[in-house]
Amino acid sequence: MLDKPASLIGNPIIRGVTVLLLGPILLFALYVQWHGDYGPGGGFQAGVIFAVAIIAHGLIFGVSVTQRMITPDAVRYGAVAGWMLYLLTGLVSMLKGAEFLNYSVLVHDPLHGQHYGILSIELGVGITVASVMIMLFYSFVGGGRNT
Amino acid sequence: MLLVVGAALIALRDLFAAAMLTSIYSLLSACFFMLQDAVDVAFTEAAVGAGITTVLFLATLSQVGRVERKPRNKPWPALMICTLVAGLLIYASFDMPHYGDPTAPVHSHVAPRYLNDSPSEVGPPNMVTSVLASYRGYDTLGETGVVFTAGVGVLLLLGPGLRRRYRKDIAASEQEKSDAG
Repeated sequence: MLDKPASLIGNPIIRGVTVLLLGPILLFALYVQWHGDYGPGGGFQAGVIFAVAIIAHGLIFGVSVTQRMITPDAVRYGAVAGWMLYLLTGLVSMLKGAEFLNYSVLVHDPLHGQHYGILSIELGVGITVASVMIMLFYSFVGGGRNT
Repeated sequence: MLLVVGAALIALRDLFAAAMLTSIYSLLSACFFMLQDAVDVAFTEAAVGAGITTVLFLATLSQVGRVERKPRNKPWPALMICTLVAGLLIYASFDMPHYGDPTAPVHSHVAPRYLNDSPSEVGPPNMVTSVLASYRGYDTLGETGVVFTAGVGVLLLLGPGLRRRYRKDIAASEQEKSDAG
């Protein structure tokens, strides 16, 4: 089982390297998330990178340790919340008098409105993607026939 | 190189090596996209194909074992159909415009409008983002929905085990605590 591959979990080098790398990976995910306007990247990639960091933690330290930090319930709510954020952004622009998902009306200046709208939906995409990826990982390692 | 890796992938019976080869295949395609100046696609391919898919494969392998059984059926008809369809597709690709041809339909329909008006209409310097998130916002909403639906599907198939196990872990840790105290 994944909770006890003694060679992986017991190895101090792998643990140390993982601890060192987790922070930069998470930071890079956030960078990709918020910098998607200016460089390559965006919600999808950021969500995946974020999930990779969490999954690496789960592989090295054992899934139950990770699940105490990020519970399966939190992941499930996250998957819904991200999509809802996307939908809500669209609905708010509808309430402000434009078409669904037309961000130009979100604030006074159309360009700023577009900017905030894109940031908001990218955040929604990122949350959903990261949550679903972590959810997949939890299901794969948690629901096998060995349990 | 892509072809070599692909062929090796089919021949392999060791699933662990196959997972690694899929990852290499993704990295190679990422380089390939990079050479075509499609940075966003390359980035996605590297993160999704080489990164998380490999990790998920490995997680699955830890559940199902790493050696594939020898298949008993002989899928010759399937092979024939595949070859036929591949042949048709390659034949159809002869009619496609050359790569980078400025008069190709893709470059003369909506692309010029995006390129010309995106800075004043949407703003972000990365036009991929403005097309993806603003002009094509509906599509991206749908894609996010697809990801969400996929997650729900997996959860429905494998979910009960997840929950039971989590509860068991909680119970075990509480037991430990009460034993210690």
